[in-house]
Amino acid sequence: MHEISIALNIIDLIKEEAEKNSAASIQEFEVEVGSISGVEIEALKFALNIAVKDTLLENAIQIITPVAAAASCLECDKEFSLSWFYEPCPFCSAMNIQIIKGKELKIKSITID
Amino acid sequence: MCDTCGCGQPDNFKVINLNDSETKQSYEHSHEHIHDGTSHSHTHTHSHSEDHSHEQAHQHNHEHGTQRVIQMQTDVLQKNNLSAERNRGYFEAKKIFSLNFVSSPGSGKTSLIEKTIKELNNEIKFFVIEGDQQTINDAKRIKAVGAPVVQINTGNGCHLDAEMVNRGIKELNPSDKSIVVIENVGNLICPSLFDLGESKRVVIISVTEGDDKPIKYPNMFQSSHLCIINKTDLLPYVDFNIEQTKKYALQVNHHLEFIELSVKTGQGIDHWYDWLKKQKNIL
Repeated sequence: MHEISIALNIIDLIKEEAEKNSAASIQEFEVEVGSISGVEIEALKFALNIAVKDTLLENAIQIITPVAAAASCLECDKEFSLSWFYEPCPFCSAMNIQIIKGKELKIKSITID
Repeated sequence: MCDTCGCGQPDNFKVINLNDSETKQSYEHSHEHIHDGTSHSHTHTHSHSEDHSHEQAHQHNHEHGTQRVIQMQTDVLQKNNLSAERNRGYFEAKKIFSLNFVSSPGSGKTSLIEKTIKELNNEIKFFVIEGDQQTINDAKRIKAVGAPVVQINTGNGCHLDAEMVNRGIKELNPSDKSIVVIENVGNLICPSLFDLGESKRVVIISVTEGDDKPIKYPNMFQSSHLCIINKTDLLPYVDFNIEQTKKYALQVNHHLEFIELSVKTGQGIDHWYDWLKKQKNIL
């Protein structure tokens, strides 16, 4: 349900950046969403499609890139992928891990004219 | 467009100050205020910029002369985070300890706040921001126990954001060295993403809920500092395994602290008061 707030934040930030660069139109934008960021990609796409209506972004191609979560083990220093928040290290079973990827929620780039 | 449901109506949330002789309601259009701090919009610009830069260059290398690719690398929540940091700075300057209470509906947030104010009012000055989708019922309960309170009605919104809290604080005008309690909308998902500028986040779970809540809703438990397990007086009647809950919660967040209590009987509540006083004294 919070995805519409997220979509509107995305649109506002992109509009500001486009205006700053005197863009006539926005052709494309790319957003990265981490798998443990708390945002559902399908819900975000749905929200974006509604929220872009009547804005500079209406006809822009939307690229939503998922970012798979990864962690590094603070005991054995190895890196591994995470399917959800906290999992023990698959190499040494330690719970002492640090998330290094997967919490992203950011606008990567925009293509303007 | 509405910030909460996309309905095409302007997004209004209501800040209701119950401390004025005449209850004042102010309507807030969130879009008017989220443009603060644009000068900081590039705070995070270069943090991960190397990751995919080559891919980008190839993807967008068309022959259109005027087309430009702008690498933004901007955190989507940066506006909320900037507002949250402003709130945090305000609290710090006034030596205010602030709490963000989160939980599912009905786990006892308001009752705990009510009781805490009633029992500690002589030693600590409390100010409360109540967040609910509708009604001023909770704020009335807090007012009845003698704490200044503002109610924020989020309308269709599922969470409080830092800008709403900012407006709430301005209405409340909390005194130095007080405790500001922010009671978030009852929801274990959405509020986890929105920093309000609080000193500590407190998640409440009651024993009438499932003991696997921490792994069902990991974001909330991951972002909290303290987990209060409420309604422990009902433990003999329900299948709730406290140790299992703690184990799950610690898997998600190994820094999480726990306090078991019953707001109704007062059992264990002194641990909560001790925690509160200790945190306040650290400031």
